[in-house]
Amino acid sequence: MALSNQQVTEIKRARSPLARQLDSGFVWLTGMFAVGVALVLVAIAVRVGWEALPAIQQFGAGFLTSSRWDPVEDIYGALPQIYGTLVSSLIALLIAMPIGIGVAIFLSEDFLPNKIQRPIVFMVELLAAIPSVVYGLWGIFVLIPILRNMGVALNAGLGWIPLFSTRPTGPGMYVAGVILAIMILPIIAAISRDALVAVPPELRQASYGLGATRWETLFKVILPAAFSGIVGGIMLAMGRAMGETMATTMVIGNANKINPSLFDQGSTIASLLANQFAEASGLQISSLMYAAFVLFLITLIVNVLAELVVRRVRMKV
Amino acid sequence: MSDSQALISRSLRRNPWAPRTLFSNVMTGLAIACAVIAIIPLVAVLLYVLINGVSRLDLNLFTQVQPPPRVENGGLGNALQGTFYTVGIATLLAVPFGVMAAVFLSEFVRDTRLARWIGFATNVLSGVPSIVAGTFIYSAIVLTTKTFSAFSGGVALAILMLPVIVRTATEALELVPSELRQASVGLGATRFQTVAGVVLPAALPGIVTGVMLSVARAAGETAPVLFTALGWPTWIQSIWQQANTLSLLVYKFATAPYPNQQQLAWAGSLLLVLLVLVTNILARFVIRRRH
Amino acid sequence: MVRWVAPASLCALTLSLTACGGGQAPSSGPSAATSAPPAAGGAGLAIKGAGATAPYPLYQKWFDEFSKANGVQIGYESVGSGAGVKQFLAETVDFGATDSALKDDERAKFPAKRGKAIQVPTTGLFVVFAYNLDGVDNLKLSRDSFCGIVDGSIKTWNDAKIAKDNAGVNLPADPITWVHRSDGSGTTSIFTKHIEKACPNWKAGSGKSVEWPTGTGAKGNEGVTAQIQQTKGAIGYTEFSYAKENNLKMASLQNKAGEFIAPTPDAAAKALTGVKIPEDFAVSVPDPEAKEAYPIVSLTWLLLYENYPDAAKVDALKNLMKWAMKDGKAVATDLGYIPLPDEVATKVLTAVDGIKAGQ
Repeated sequence: MALSNQQVTEIKRARSPLARQLDSGFVWLTGMFAVGVALVLVAIAVRVGWEALPAIQQFGAGFLTSSRWDPVEDIYGALPQIYGTLVSSLIALLIAMPIGIGVAIFLSEDFLPNKIQRPIVFMVELLAAIPSVVYGLWGIFVLIPILRNMGVALNAGLGWIPLFSTRPTGPGMYVAGVILAIMILPIIAAISRDALVAVPPELRQASYGLGATRWETLFKVILPAAFSGIVGGIMLAMGRAMGETMATTMVIGNANKINPSLFDQGSTIASLLANQFAEASGLQISSLMYAAFVLFLITLIVNVLAELVVRRVRMKV
Repeated sequence: MSDSQALISRSLRRNPWAPRTLFSNVMTGLAIACAVIAIIPLVAVLLYVLINGVSRLDLNLFTQVQPPPRVENGGLGNALQGTFYTVGIATLLAVPFGVMAAVFLSEFVRDTRLARWIGFATNVLSGVPSIVAGTFIYSAIVLTTKTFSAFSGGVALAILMLPVIVRTATEALELVPSELRQASVGLGATRFQTVAGVVLPAALPGIVTGVMLSVARAAGETAPVLFTALGWPTWIQSIWQQANTLSLLVYKFATAPYPNQQQLAWAGSLLLVLLVLVTNILARFVIRRRH
Repeated sequence: MVRWVAPASLCALTLSLTACGGGQAPSSGPSAATSAPPAAGGAGLAIKGAGATAPYPLYQKWFDEFSKANGVQIGYESVGSGAGVKQFLAETVDFGATDSALKDDERAKFPAKRGKAIQVPTTGLFVVFAYNLDGVDNLKLSRDSFCGIVDGSIKTWNDAKIAKDNAGVNLPADPITWVHRSDGSGTTSIFTKHIEKACPNWKAGSGKSVEWPTGTGAKGNEGVTAQIQQTKGAIGYTEFSYAKENNLKMASLQNKAGEFIAPTPDAAAKALTGVKIPEDFAVSVPDPEAKEAYPIVSLTWLLLYENYPDAAKVDALKNLMKWAMKDGKAVATDLGYIPLPDEVATKVLTAVDGIKAGQ
């Protein structure tokens, strides 16, 4: 600071009391907006939780372990949807994790001249900007026919494995997993790349100096150093995959069931909401709110943990 | 290492078939393969959207309303109108809110615990699933106003835009050199004058970029408007009416059995993708010029 | 694009904000852009409805022709019967539409200041089993067969139960994909009411939304139709006109008398002939007895308020119903719906005369 505190105070004293009050009023105003951002988060939790209350009182924790979703008898449980949310996100992670980290390594090392590397970074980022509903449309008309044929072959050859035990007919958990993988790949790639670039260059130089190859250096020095950042990125991606709605709803098959076969149809909490919310009433709507609350909590926990991990990495940068 | 002498005397070059080098080369190949695999879906989505959507990309697409089932032609005019309304409302709400919050975070409490906490909450807010934002607005606005409306859709989108704007605006403000602020204060400006007259103008390109990106994102969001704006088959006269948006229409027409509607779903997707492409490229241009 | 989009949207927004200050702005015709001045008089009135998807093709055509003739703009969003009833009770629409007559608990939620709920049928409709199976054109499904498909106990197309009634047809060994609705739906209600009666092993009951033991969910009659179109080996239930317009194959069903009946409007009309009409028009024929009747048939209803705040809307709605019961008949027949018999239509118009302006 060029001015000492005393000088600043003197300048302030020179002003009329009204001007001073207006000025601190401005600071307060901006402060209210800033706190308001955090309050939105609280408001979501309180409001959704409040609407869910009748269902919470009726079903309690049993809601999480029951797989009945029966509007005729007014009995609700969201186990298949919780299962579907977790499984579709897991498939997505299993596909996107190795590829995303691979991309991050490729784009953080000096494999390519900057001129070529930058457009590729841009293209991977674009992948995250394409609207979910466009992925859904593409999924229905392009991806499903391709994946179905691959799935039929897998089922014919490896049908004895429970994961492939039903014959794919079109939409299903596997399509949702693949679409989600495409959607979260850029998150994993971008955050992992940040983490890799943030590793101090001295570590790399030391490793090279000891005679290690590029990949020995990567595996033994750089990746371990960037590990927590990569984990943070993966968790953020997981949070995103679990909350993703449109693309999933359009390709998952929307069936209320749990089947170990990935080729069978399923549903997620988000797709359940997208399908039934507009029609529901009474206990069904508070059960949907309950499901939304569960989704909110799961993603909140995942995001908070991810945020803590990523933040630690960013602090180091 | 008895043969190291011999190795060095031969050449400093590594033998490409030595296990270590082979491993390195294979891994390099894999990394390249990963990059290619990551790009394939992007190219495939863009190509399909372009090929299937471009045939309907004409004036009618913008001036005609959505066609009912089994009716040929038609356009996306009312959906575009709905998207302008909802995204417009979201922008009007989220931009002042977000920029004011960013001013507080970067100008008045930078690097304090409070700033970190609010920044944290902002990031967590951006991770809230968009469908949950939709249920929240349904309960908070649709139920209280007793009507689905473009307005409630706009508020739901504003919740998604808010954290993006806070974050990008805070970053843009923090990049403004502190000399500028000192000079302003030195000339006797109040904090308000410093912010409004010096800091905000200097950070404007960065803030506008963030707003553009969040507008493009909001235009493509479907889940938050699904049961807030709900949909409406023709032009709307006010923001208190139900409305269709481009994204909603793409969803409905994508899952409809009518070829004409499916074509329009592709054309709508093309518009959304173009919006995303244009804003992202512009944003990139702005960012590059700054550095 | 962005360059001109931004000012255009801002301009539209300001316009709408000023226009909506005092509640509903009078609307201009559908062809007019947002900047057009509001039209004067009764023409230019906007009425909004929401609900059932099954009669949507008919309503869309009706409302379109009525609008052209009378200048009243009627917007109808086919969100499903469940949502239609919900919006009707929440007073977010001027009328609701449902394939499943109002239940007592729904009537109990009706806002008192709007008088009472007036429920009138508009047309009869029927639900078909539409399928996508190469080389099989005239599938016959016995009660045993379709019950097995719906509850998941029949898993492949060449199952003995299906083969029994389809001699000489080459049924593939492919798996059956059952396609049902994922949203609340009057079509589901009509369908499950029949299944409940016809299938002794059916446990999920009947309603707008039930717990399906098997299959894939799709949204709306549109979604189910599209899903069947896109999936080889799929079979699902959808309203007749959707299957017909999209050239889906439809199965002949065994009715209560044991006959296999092809889904045609004539056969469906037989299910409704001679049925006694109750006060609230809530006719239900879950399993018609007549020998030549197609088994899955229902009426579909419009839901009106007794009291409307706006006299113009009352007139418009009365005119609409008069028009629909007379001039609208041809459209209904053309699209594959079952027009109401004259004596029912007269009763409907009497009931509609009960709506009035004022709270």
